Amino acid sequence: MSFDHTPKPDELIDVCYDPPKTPWTKTPVDFRPGTWSYPGTPKSLTALGLANPRQWQPTDEDWKLPENWKEIILDGMKERIGKHRSFKLFMDLCVRCGACADKCHFYIGSGDPKNMPVVRAELLRSVYRRYFTQSGRMFGSLAGARDLTVDVLKEWFYYFFQCTECRRCSVFCPYGIDQAEITMLGRELLNLVGLNINWVTEPAANCFRTGNHLGIQPGGVKDMLEFLADDVEDRTGVRVAVPLNKKGAEILFVTPSGDYFADPGTYTCAGYLALFHEIGLDYTFSTYASEGGNFGLFTSHEMIKRLNAKIYAEAKRLGVKWILGGECGHMWRVVQQYMETMNGPTDFLEEPVSPITGTRFENAKSTKMVHISEFTADLIRNGKLKLDPSRNDHLRVTFHDSCNPARAMGLFEEPRYIINNVCNNFHEMAEDTIRENTFCCGGGAGLGNDENMEMRMRGGMPRAMAVKAVKEKYDVNRLACMCAIDRATLTSLMEYWVPGVEVMGVHELVANALIMKGENERTTDLRGEPLKREESK
Amino acid sequence: MNLLTSLIAVLILTLLALGVSSSAGLTYLLTVVIPYAAFAVFIVGFVYRIVQWAKAPVPFRIPTTCGQEKSLPWIKREALDNPSCLCGVIGRMALEVLLFRSLFRNTTVSMQQKRPIYDSAKWLWFFGLLFHWSLLIIVIRHLRFFIEPIAPWINGLSSVDGFFQSGIPTLYLSDAAVLAGLTFLFLRRVVSPRLRYISIFTDYFSLLLILGAVTTGLLMRHFFPVDLLQVKNLAMGWVTFSPVRAEGVGTLFYIHLCFVFTLMIWFPMSKLMHMGGVFLSPTRNLANNNRMKRHINPWNAPVKVHTYEEYEDDFRDKMKLAGLPVDKE
Repeated sequence: MSFDHTPKPDELIDVCYDPPKTPWTKTPVDFRPGTWSYPGTPKSLTALGLANPRQWQPTDEDWKLPENWKEIILDGMKERIGKHRSFKLFMDLCVRCGACADKCHFYIGSGDPKNMPVVRAELLRSVYRRYFTQSGRMFGSLAGARDLTVDVLKEWFYYFFQCTECRRCSVFCPYGIDQAEITMLGRELLNLVGLNINWVTEPAANCFRTGNHLGIQPGGVKDMLEFLADDVEDRTGVRVAVPLNKKGAEILFVTPSGDYFADPGTYTCAGYLALFHEIGLDYTFSTYASEGGNFGLFTSHEMIKRLNAKIYAEAKRLGVKWILGGECGHMWRVVQQYMETMNGPTDFLEEPVSPITGTRFENAKSTKMVHISEFTADLIRNGKLKLDPSRNDHLRVTFHDSCNPARAMGLFEEPRYIINNVCNNFHEMAEDTIRENTFCCGGGAGLGNDENMEMRMRGGMPRAMAVKAVKEKYDVNRLACMCAIDRATLTSLMEYWVPGVEVMGVHELVANALIMKGENERTTDLRGEPLKREESK
Repeated sequence: MNLLTSLIAVLILTLLALGVSSSAGLTYLLTVVIPYAAFAVFIVGFVYRIVQWAKAPVPFRIPTTCGQEKSLPWIKREALDNPSCLCGVIGRMALEVLLFRSLFRNTTVSMQQKRPIYDSAKWLWFFGLLFHWSLLIIVIRHLRFFIEPIAPWINGLSSVDGFFQSGIPTLYLSDAAVLAGLTFLFLRRVVSPRLRYISIFTDYFSLLLILGAVTTGLLMRHFFPVDLLQVKNLAMGWVTFSPVRAEGVGTLFYIHLCFVFTLMIWFPMSKLMHMGGVFLSPTRNLANNNRMKRHINPWNAPVKVHTYEEYEDDFRDKMKLAGLPVDKE
């Protein structure tokens, strides 16, 4: 992680919201370093069978588009207008009331008017009007229509990959127009002519072949989980098992690969291992379905389905009863809103029942996948866990609602219930920045790469400033969250804007507080950091 | 630029109406032919647009959730901001359509001492609501021209609306409110640089058109009274399909008619269709019960996947080496 090429926080915070002199239709895109992502490599595009694999850069004059690119895009639009009511409706419905304008974290952090959701949508709407509405065909710019040109396409690329599909604008829109939906379809169109970014296509290609975004092969998955089990043993003295590809297990556990691959996600994963061991859960990880995340969501609806198919397929092959899902953001958007529609029905699974408490998870009875925070909250509620929250007394915690669990599920109380039971110092951020109003980390939807650092820091600024406020007021030093992308991106965001605050998963807090049978006296938390001693309280 | 074009367009309309009022043939056109044409365009266009939207499938259930979902029984859920059943959805839509729930959340951001600060911004909600409701009341009040005898509830509404009985004839609250609402919405678009930046022709034109109709209506009621009996005769002629030419209703009335008919024709082909479209928005009108009840996508088609067998073929040796079970030796 390097901020060498990123302006200093003091400069970046000087955001100006005055619109420029030229109208947006006449302001060309400036591919400034630090504000865009590298394009998908031919290798990853080929692996997925995506269109037009080639070497190119956004800064090139010639993007090496197929000769009939315009026809491809317009045909693609026509097809999607017929397939998604949302698309047609969101193209027609907007009255430009401006309620969404200052709700986008990228707009708040950059002041670039094309980052107002309304204008980002108009980028596509103007073309829709020109080719698919009578008034646009007849009256052109007077009807808000404009021709589809290479410059328009470049603009789409820049701004549809400057939206993290967080859906915050959609909360405020009087018609529920969802920029995430428009960005998803916009990216789908761009993919038709080979315009995509490598931070999306490479993980997707990896996931397709190896089962996870990071391309970790079966032995690697095993090694990493064993390594985490060693860590748990070091800290607690308890040896935990790592069941993998185990046929006949009751539960298949799926979590994002970031959890077992990189700090600080690994501590969350160690937390899962400790918890599952302690309650004696009959479960298994899978190397084939070793990814909960789904970068198909950032590519196309078809790609979501292709990558997601593995989870049910593996559940069926292993003969499990139901599926438990780890802490992740966009993974849960897919599980909640797409998975069963795409890859169901799930007649080979059973309605999820907690084997420990007997609780029937009615809200997951059809998809048959339970969120780990629902599972753990139920354990705590039924008194199945022995917890010592004072083991987290060295931490002063705040909680970041991740976009998708917030605005595509409404998972607010479970994590808070858990946190309140496992730690003593929990402080909420300002109301305008949590729950359904939560701000994105700035690096979701495939934008969490290093070359895009300036834009990430800008987009993450509203979140960071809210953390900064609770740091100053309550001396908060930990930012808890339930998302693997967050754990990676918020870490650099904090380093840049709010040094001194580290990022963690909720189940890391749980495992810190969890009193395990046969454990040694704990002197450190899962990270090996010393606990606050009794006498210093 | 867009503002200027809209102003010119509305001016041309006014001049056109002035021209109409001076020619017998044209007034015939305006009061006998165009009413039916405008009404037909409005109804057919409105239905056509709704059908076009409704015909497109809803492949995925994608509600935007704005509160706690239904999960464990002891967790308090937000039945309206995150509905899990049809009654919740109806409640959410009712709040949205009748009270502009989402707009009520509006905030405004400003940078203060190098921090983004979010302030509540309810003005848009307030004036938006004021405008829409008062316009609805005005439209309903106009039914008295089309129904004989006038239904008691219309008279009732009118007397409530004229509750304060100030001025002669009584000033209707809705008239004052609609003017206030329209003025706010228009000024906001013109004054705020951000709004001006995103506004296009249709945004100004729609407002000016309604403003034109409202202003001429008010002028007729309070300053340049028209023969209401003649107006009623004309309107009754329309609804009984025996249209008559109006005598002595005045230029202002023709301008009023001209604005209203243009509005009716403009309506289905413009953003004003949000009136119908709001009911169809899939982020609002679907229950967040995805994991409880499978949503069916009518065009769900098989895709190319990487099967476990292919995966094991690819990694079998490595899996054996790592001591992982394999299906085929």
